Amino acid sequence: MALVMEKHKMPEQDPKVRARNFQEVALGYDEDTAVAEAERCLNCKVPKCRQGCPVQVNIPAFIGKIKERDFDAAIDIIKESNSLPAVCGRVCPQENQCEKHCIMGIKGEPVGIGRLERFVADYQLAKNEEIKPIQFAEDAQKVAVIGAGPSGLSCAGDLAKMGYKVTIFEALHVAGGVLSYGIPEFRLPKDKIVRREVENLQKLGVTIEVNAIAGRLFTVDELMGEMGFDAVYVGTGAGLPHFMHIPGENLNGVYSSNEFLTRCNLMKAYDFPNHLTPIAIGKNVAVVGGGNVAMDAARTSLRLGAENVYIVYRRSEAELPARAEEVHHAKEEGIQFKLLNNPVEILGDENGWVKGLKCIKMELGEPDASGRRRPVAIEGSEFELDVDTVIMAIGNGPNPIVASTTPGMETNKRGNIIADEETCATTKEGVFAGGDIVTGAATVILAMGAGKKAAAAIDAYLKSKK
Amino acid sequence: MFKILKKQELSPGIFHYDIEAPRVAKKAQAGQFIVLRVDEDGERIPLTIADFDREAGTITLIFQVVGASTKMLAAKNEGDSIVDFAGPLGQPSEIHENMGTIVCIGGGIGVAPVYPIARAMHEAGNKVISIMGAKTKDILIFEDKMRAISDEVLIATDDGSYGVKGFVTTALQQLVDRGEKIDQVTAIGPGVMMRSVVEATRPLGIKTIVSLNPVMVDGTGMCGGCRVQVGDEMKFACVDGPEFDGHLVDFDSLMSRSRMFRPQEAQAKDHVCNIGLGR
Repeated sequence: MALVMEKHKMPEQDPKVRARNFQEVALGYDEDTAVAEAERCLNCKVPKCRQGCPVQVNIPAFIGKIKERDFDAAIDIIKESNSLPAVCGRVCPQENQCEKHCIMGIKGEPVGIGRLERFVADYQLAKNEEIKPIQFAEDAQKVAVIGAGPSGLSCAGDLAKMGYKVTIFEALHVAGGVLSYGIPEFRLPKDKIVRREVENLQKLGVTIEVNAIAGRLFTVDELMGEMGFDAVYVGTGAGLPHFMHIPGENLNGVYSSNEFLTRCNLMKAYDFPNHLTPIAIGKNVAVVGGGNVAMDAARTSLRLGAENVYIVYRRSEAELPARAEEVHHAKEEGIQFKLLNNPVEILGDENGWVKGLKCIKMELGEPDASGRRRPVAIEGSEFELDVDTVIMAIGNGPNPIVASTTPGMETNKRGNIIADEETCATTKEGVFAGGDIVTGAATVILAMGAGKKAAAAIDAYLKSKK
Repeated sequence: MFKILKKQELSPGIFHYDIEAPRVAKKAQAGQFIVLRVDEDGERIPLTIADFDREAGTITLIFQVVGASTKMLAAKNEGDSIVDFAGPLGQPSEIHENMGTIVCIGGGIGVAPVYPIARAMHEAGNKVISIMGAKTKDILIFEDKMRAISDEVLIATDDGSYGVKGFVTTALQQLVDRGEKIDQVTAIGPGVMMRSVVEATRPLGIKTIVSLNPVMVDGTGMCGGCRVQVGDEMKFACVDGPEFDGHLVDFDSLMSRSRMFRPQEAQAKDHVCNIGLGR
């Protein structure tokens, strides 16, 4: 049989239509397409794809089961190493991970591993199977997980399966972390996917307490003391938005991407006033930054009714940190890219509202420490962009609440918790940490990978204590 | 779910709620705030803690009906519950012994959050002079409570119906004029009021702490909506505050930012729910 060199196309909503609604952009493979895509897998003796996966999903094995149309077996294989496949199939940067190493990618396109993962995960969710709760031993040890984001959920899932009684403490009123407040509905549906994955974990026997702000309602020492937990995993994420510290950032009409996306995703401001949290969106929106979050904010702006949406990024297209697929989707929908431009000031009107963004043109100089060519301002090239809304999507720092109330758990200069790369152990005994709070803002799957490593290390630690 | 154990309308549109939240009550300290949601479609509303009872396990909130969300909160009855209640948030007030004479100023419903601070100041052995301001006598709240923990109480009403006629700054000036040695002023109230207090104490060099309540979403540092310019630094009221050195706060920007969602707020208040949620 001749090799099919290209991936089977992902069915998508028409760009013109989807740019004005919040429904999911990618519609998913049907069974026949999934099987046909699975047929492209060469089942290599040394499956390099697996090495590219931060949680080492047994990729050739699950794809093999799809070929046999045994979708139940396929999802079971994924779930051995990945507790949130419907999420990862949608938001993992597969092109930099599993698919990057796929042999098919040398001459043609790699196998659509992410799309297949999504297909079997959705297949199982649609079946709505009953989940058998874990029978915990009476004297099972207790583990507290702080933060119900991807890292905490993955750590909790693994620990529960090992027989530990796990309670996740979440500061917000909904579990999911960035999956709930950050990634938009049109990329990751909340009720259909995120809430279901979280509920499945609860059915398994994981307890989730919302409105529980660690560091304020209780400290880590109290968790390990009077609250009776034997170990703690801190997965609080990167929750403190950065600003550029340029004039005008306090004007009305300026948001951090976190605020903008939280209003829209978590608080459902797109359905205002049925949901009471408001959002103010102008006609012309500038999103500053070039990562996935910037793409999310830009595409959300469009869906809220903005006419012109710009991505303002100081480097060139080649350096955009966002996934190629996200950039492609954004362009299709009509997002305008203002590359090699850097904001220097946000201009305000007499009422304190944004009326423009003053930028300076940039060119690329010598490579910097990150290996990317450093953007340098072109003197005298300032110009004004006519916008009334500015969204800063330039990254997040670590939230200090837990670290500052946990004596003995050290942080680095940036405020990230110091943890062992392999075991996630912090400098405080019995306390482990992973995900963005340790690494700085990264991806969902890396945070999940850390949660997984930590679960194994916590298991080893607790066994050694018994 | 968090139960409303007591509801009392202190004056038209101003309510006193005691909410059952034992864990929050156990940890609450003067100066901190909570975030609540009335129902599943509700906003996250930040409210400064007006009192806490660790034994009864309750948090006291005082709020005024200003928009759709506070209207929904006010529509609840004793025995009803609200869906979310998170806290305590923010840094507690800095309170210790030997701080000297503290003037605690509360304007309007700002008297409520100033109360636990004044009480803690008093319990730490400091001399507490309280100034309470209101438009008119009928809407003055917490007078008995404030008298019980203050060495002296001064009252100012805009219309002169009670106490001195004028603003809280009028009463503050009286203290200054009589030669009272003031070591610190703590002022909580509307932005305009806090700004006038700050401008009154600036030339006198009196340390002045204000507690800010800007627009915020999560209250844990994540959204950055509550950012405020303090001196040459950008601070987040929810994690760095809510209390700041009043002489360093940019009140113009603070007050302007509090108007960011005015059009939407007006729309929401007028919105009649189609599925009968009573708003």
